Amino acid sequence: MKSDPHPFADTHLRKRHRRARWFKNLTLFAIGLSISFLFYFLTDMVVKGLPAFQQTYIKVTIHYTTQSQSNPFAALDKSYRKIISRAWYRALPQQMAVNPALLNTQAEVWALADDQVDQYLKGHYHNLKPKERTLVDHLQAKGEVVLKFNALFFSHSDSKIPEFAGLKSAMVGSVLTLFITMVLAFPLGVMTAVYLEEFAIDNRWTQFIEININNLAAIPSILFGLLGLAIFINLFGLPRSSALVGGLTLALMTLPIIIVSARAALRSIPDSIRQAGYGLGLSKLQVVQDHVLPLAFPGILTGSIIGLAHAMGETAPLIIIGMIAFIPDSPDSFTQAATVMPAQIFTWAGMPERAYIEKTAAAIMVLLGVLLSFNGLAIYLRKKFAVKW
Amino acid sequence: MKFSKKTTLCVLTTAILWAYNVQAREQIRIVGSSTVYPFSSAVAEELGATSKVPTPVVESTGTGGGMKLFCQGDGLDTPDIVNASRRMQNKEFDLCQKNGVTNITEVMIGFDGIVFAQNKANGEFNVTKEQLLLAVAEEVPSKDGQSLVKNPYKFWHEIDPALPKREIIIYGPPKSSGTRDAFEEMVLKEQTKHMDIYSKLYEQDKEKNKAYKEYSNIRTDGIYVPSGENDNIIVQKLSKNKVAFGVFGYSFLLENQDQLNGTTVSGVAATPETISDGSYPISRSLFFYIKNTHEQEVPSLKAYVDLFMSENIIGQEGTLTEIGLIPLPDDKRASVRESVSQRTKLSRENLSQ
Repeated sequence: MKSDPHPFADTHLRKRHRRARWFKNLTLFAIGLSISFLFYFLTDMVVKGLPAFQQTYIKVTIHYTTQSQSNPFAALDKSYRKIISRAWYRALPQQMAVNPALLNTQAEVWALADDQVDQYLKGHYHNLKPKERTLVDHLQAKGEVVLKFNALFFSHSDSKIPEFAGLKSAMVGSVLTLFITMVLAFPLGVMTAVYLEEFAIDNRWTQFIEININNLAAIPSILFGLLGLAIFINLFGLPRSSALVGGLTLALMTLPIIIVSARAALRSIPDSIRQAGYGLGLSKLQVVQDHVLPLAFPGILTGSIIGLAHAMGETAPLIIIGMIAFIPDSPDSFTQAATVMPAQIFTWAGMPERAYIEKTAAAIMVLLGVLLSFNGLAIYLRKKFAVKW
Repeated sequence: MKFSKKTTLCVLTTAILWAYNVQAREQIRIVGSSTVYPFSSAVAEELGATSKVPTPVVESTGTGGGMKLFCQGDGLDTPDIVNASRRMQNKEFDLCQKNGVTNITEVMIGFDGIVFAQNKANGEFNVTKEQLLLAVAEEVPSKDGQSLVKNPYKFWHEIDPALPKREIIIYGPPKSSGTRDAFEEMVLKEQTKHMDIYSKLYEQDKEKNKAYKEYSNIRTDGIYVPSGENDNIIVQKLSKNKVAFGVFGYSFLLENQDQLNGTTVSGVAATPETISDGSYPISRSLFFYIKNTHEQEVPSLKAYVDLFMSENIIGQEGTLTEIGLIPLPDDKRASVRESVSQRTKLSRENLSQ
């Protein structure tokens, strides 16, 4: 047997290095795979969704006559019947009722085009008849058909007429619902965390509570919907589909997340801060309120914002309490029927009309944008207020 | 810190007070079938857009779920209308009666065809209802016709040599769906009810073989693929998989003519005409039910029903036909309109007709 030339030489060195490289490549592959999935999803969304931010308009001459007051289709030339949106026609009689001076006048306006024309112009599948297609081509050559920024998408709410459908009521609903959630879950969650972390004695009872809170944070969200239905709607008699009930239900759901993250933030405050406080003769309340809590605040805020972002993207519990519904009037109080952005996406995804595909993707882009800015805000706050020990 | 806590408290109290201030209801509440939902919400939107009435809230809960909510009680916190992709069942009617919902009017609005469609790349394909049964049932009659065996068919030509040699893959609705109920009812139950082999087994042991009375079990060996409530998913799958067939509502075929191709069932293609006159064999009627006692407190209810019944909406050229509703034949429409205008009270006898 040959003895080692050097007592510290590692005969397995090459093998060890190879294994290290292999492991590194494996981790790299994992992140590469996730990024490519994300990239695929985002490109797909953007490619499908971007066209929705533009909408076709057609220049028309309206004839305000007594006949068009009862039958709005008479206001335009007959050939425009199929290429102008029914939503646009529908609004004419009311427009005339509000403004009687319009009678027997003419006006040139840009009218909202039918979704089939819109899809045709965007190069998607459409079912325009050849006659209508030549008309659209002809008008386009004259510059009387244009794609404009789709302001309707943000100023109008859900509609069964695809070209007229927008996100407004869903956005308002989301704001109202999240407001209730925030107002309820944030103080309750923080207070619970402060109690458990700063005041409670470590005994079986608090351990039991702790296990339950951790468990609740992992419960499928649909169960919170059932809970919300049983308590808020059936027991308290609060109005179904309202932002109030939605907010309360989502608050139940976010509460454990906020408690867990707030506790972690409180725990990260070094004990020396508390001891210094006591050393100066401060009471427990003073220590918690003036020192521990302010120092832990950035962490608590970050956790809460992430919890809210989570609540914002939630649909499952809202199905049960009736917020996944056709609600085109945007709510102006907490008790009116409301829907939220993810619910709107869910509804549009199930519609047969092809024009809803781009609307769905565009709504997803808006929602992702909002969530991204929420998370961005959380990161900013953490960076800005974080204290290094 | 102190300040923000105080504000939060104030806001919370205001929010709760606000909640209790609101009482009477102007807005109509509609629940029920996801098949009727697009039609119902289109009318709701029309009502909201052309009058001063607030737009009714339409929830898609499924027919069964909607009935449960509707029959919960007569109070204003219950829905005014329930949409249904089938008739109200006797047990639902009884539940309604028990809870004091006694004054109901039934409205039939039209038909919905269930299509059996495939990728456009394929040529024409014709199946009979019996072949369809043999393709989807969990247990089918054996070759000698003496007993029931686990469905052995993997290719269409095994069912009938006249059919092409093509693998059987069917994307269809899952158990929770109303379309699935209707498909089971019309393709499975209606046939197995009259097939000796199934009824013989039922006669042998009525307790144990209860399922064979009207056999409706769909195979679970991966050949029938339940594909989620959203019919668009089935459309997408068919656009990728050229061999497969899909089972879904007619309006989805109408919107995807560029990718899909309907099959003929017993030689009849699904068109508005064949569905309306009943010659296309897989179609169902759509309904909604009105809680008449709410008409006093929810004044816009009458406006909604009137608008719904108008020729502009459910007529041959109406708004709803544009989005896929198959209208009732003219005389049937007239009689429904008549019965609705008088708010004919629904009775148990009506339902069993």
